[in-house]
Amino acid sequence: METWSTYQQKELANRLLLRVKSLAAAIAGKYGRRPVIMEVCGTHTVALSRTGLRSLLAGCIDLRSGPGCPVCVTAPEEIDYMLFLARQPGVIIATFGDMVRVPGSMGSLEKAKIEGYQIQVCYSPREAVTLARSNPDREIIFLGIGFETTAPAVGLAVKEAAVLRLKNFTIYSAHKLVPPALASLAGDPELKLDGLLLPGHVSAIVGRWAFTFLAKEYNLPAAIAGFEALDILGALLELLVQIQEGEAQVINAYPRVVSEKGNPKAQEILREVFSLAPSNWRGLGLIPLSGLKLNNAYQAFDATRRWPLAIRPSPPPEGCRCGSVLKGLSLPTQCPLFGRHCTPLRPVGPCMVSSEGSCAAYYRYSRKAG
Amino acid sequence: MTKYNSMIETISLAHGDGGELTHQLISDLFLRYFHDEALQPLNDAALLPFPAGRLALTTDSFVVKPLFFPGGNIGTLAVNGTVNDLAVSGARPLYLTVGLILEEGLPISVLEEVIVNIATAAREAGIAIVTGDTKVVEHGHGDLIYINTTGIGVVDDCINLDYRRIRPGDVIICSGSVGDHGLAVIAARENFGLEGLKSDCAALHTLILPLLENFSSTVKWLRDPTRGGLATTMKELAQSAQVNIILSEEAIPVHDNVRGGAEILGLDYLYLANEGKFCAVVDKIAVEDVLAFLRRHSLGREAAVIGEIKKGSGRVFLRTALGATRELYLLSGLQLPRIC
Repeated sequence: METWSTYQQKELANRLLLRVKSLAAAIAGKYGRRPVIMEVCGTHTVALSRTGLRSLLAGCIDLRSGPGCPVCVTAPEEIDYMLFLARQPGVIIATFGDMVRVPGSMGSLEKAKIEGYQIQVCYSPREAVTLARSNPDREIIFLGIGFETTAPAVGLAVKEAAVLRLKNFTIYSAHKLVPPALASLAGDPELKLDGLLLPGHVSAIVGRWAFTFLAKEYNLPAAIAGFEALDILGALLELLVQIQEGEAQVINAYPRVVSEKGNPKAQEILREVFSLAPSNWRGLGLIPLSGLKLNNAYQAFDATRRWPLAIRPSPPPEGCRCGSVLKGLSLPTQCPLFGRHCTPLRPVGPCMVSSEGSCAAYYRYSRKAG
Repeated sequence: MTKYNSMIETISLAHGDGGELTHQLISDLFLRYFHDEALQPLNDAALLPFPAGRLALTTDSFVVKPLFFPGGNIGTLAVNGTVNDLAVSGARPLYLTVGLILEEGLPISVLEEVIVNIATAAREAGIAIVTGDTKVVEHGHGDLIYINTTGIGVVDDCINLDYRRIRPGDVIICSGSVGDHGLAVIAARENFGLEGLKSDCAALHTLILPLLENFSSTVKWLRDPTRGGLATTMKELAQSAQVNIILSEEAIPVHDNVRGGAEILGLDYLYLANEGKFCAVVDKIAVEDVLAFLRRHSLGREAAVIGEIKKGSGRVFLRTALGATRELYLLSGLQLPRIC
C-alpha cells in the first residue's frame, strides 16, 4: 500500500506549485489582474477542491468552473420532456442516477417516482437494453445525457437494440458536445478568459486536434489535463507560460491517456448512430451543431418520434444562477441561494445536484456562502 | 421428518405464519447450524447468566445489496457489525439475537448459506446466538433478506472509554485502510468490473479487548467508522467532544485499488463505509506503544497515526498532500457515482 504520493511526487508537486504561483503573480503584475482560467470539466472542479489546489491558488489565479457537468447543462425544457415521457402509460424510464433529482419546471423524476411512475437507475446504457428484453410488455426509454464520453456507450446500446430487433426500447437523446460549447464561450465578450483547462476524459474520445480551433480562431491558450494534482499543476503551468508569452496553443498535458486523434472506435459509433443537431444548453442557450440526434437508420429508437411533444422553453428556477455559474460568470458562492435555499439535500438548480456540479463541489468542500 | 430440498424450495408466506412450515424451518435449518445451549429450549425468552460488570446492549439492522460480495455477506456483516459495536464500547461480546425478515420467493439454498455464515461468524467471534425470530413479507415488499441483530456484552469496571477524557494534543489512530467495504459492495452491486476489491468485514474484539487490557489509561475513545466512513466518524467525534481535529491525507491508509476505484466513480473514500476498522483517540505518550501493539495483530497491521486533536469547536480539517487544508463536513445526501 502506498500513500497518496511518494516523496518524489510531492517534491515535484511543490516545485510545480511554486512555479505556477510565481508565473501567475508575474502575469497579474503585467495585466493588473489575476489570469482568468476556466476548468471546463466537473471532475476538475472536484479535483481542484479535493486536493486543496483551489485554495492554494486562490490568490493568484481566478479559477472559473465551466459547463462540464452533463446533468447541469441539460436544459429545463429537456427535463420537462423527460418528465412527460415518464408519465406515458406503460413506460419505464431508465436513467443515470444523477438525473433523477434534477428539478425541471414540473418537478423532478424523483418526484414522478414517488407519484408511482417507473424510474429505474442504470449505470450503463446496456442495462436499459437488458431491462427492455426482460420487460417485453413495457416501453423502456433511456435518457441519453452526457458528452462525448457517454454518448458512444449509448450508441452501442442502440446498436445492440437494433440487432435484437427490440420494439420496446427507445432513447431520449439530450447529448451535448463540448467543442461547440467552448467555441461559444471563447467568443463571449463578457467572459474574457485567458486560458482553458480542457477535459481529459472528453479529449480521450475526440483527441487534441478537436480543440485546435481555440488557438487558431480565438487565440485562446488551452491545455488538456488529467485529474491528479500533478496533472492539473502541469497543465496550469503550460497555460500560464502561454499567457505570459502572449501565445496561443492547444497543449496535450495528458498524453498518457489522450492522443492527437482520439478514440477512433468511439468516434465511429458516434458517426454511425448519431448526427449533429442544435442543442439548448442551460446557461449557454441554443448552440448550433452541439447536440446529437439519432441517424435516419436508427430513428425507430427515437423516443421523441414515438411520443412527440412541442415543448416550450421554460425559465430557470427563480433566483437560481446555475446558468451564470455554468458560463463562468459567477462563482457558486456568489449565488444568493447557495448554501441557504439551495443545498444538495434540497437543490434548486442542477449544479447543486450532481456530484460533478460546481455548486455541489463548492458546497461539499467549502460551505461558506459568498 | 422430511428434510428440505433446499436447492428447489423457496420461502413462502406460510414459513412465517407460526405453523408447520415455520417449525420445519426452525428445526431443519436454524437448529441445524445454531447450536448454542440457551437457544435449545425454544422458549419465548432466553434466560442467561451474566457476569459482573456493566451490561452493554446494541442493536443494528442489516440491509445490503447484493447479499454476497467479495470479503463478506449479509450474514457475516450482521454478526461482525454488532460484535464491533460492542467491542468499541469496551465490551466483551456474550449474546446475540438474530431477527430475520425474509421475502417470499427467497430460495432456501440462499437462506441456508446466510445462516451458515451467521453461525460461523458467531462461533469465530465467540458470541452465543440465544434467540431469534423470522417473519416473511410478500414478494416485492422486501429485498430477499433483512437481518436485525442485538448484541449483549459486558464491560469490565476498569474500562473507561469516554470522549470527555479527550484533550488537545491527543492523537488519532486508525487501525487500517479505509473505504474497502463500501467500495467493494458498490462495485459488486453495480457490476462495475473493478478488480481486487474486498470488504474488510471482520470482528474486531480480538484486537480491541487486549488493547484495552494493556492501555486502559491511555486509550480514551474508540469508534468503528461504518456508515458515513472515516470523515463522518471524525466529525461526530469533534462535535461531541467539542474539539477540532486535523487529519493528514497522506497518513490515512488507503489501498491503491480503493483510491483508484473511488476516483473513477467520483466517490470520496473518506465517506465510504468500513466494517473491520476502528479509530482510537490515544494519549500522545502511548502512541508508539499502541501502534506497535496494533501492528502485531493481523487486523491492525496497517494501523497508522492519522491525525491530532486540537482545541476547537467541532470542526474537522484535512491537510492535503499538497499542504492545503480543507474542512470536512457531514455528507449531504447520497454519494452517487458520476456520469462522465
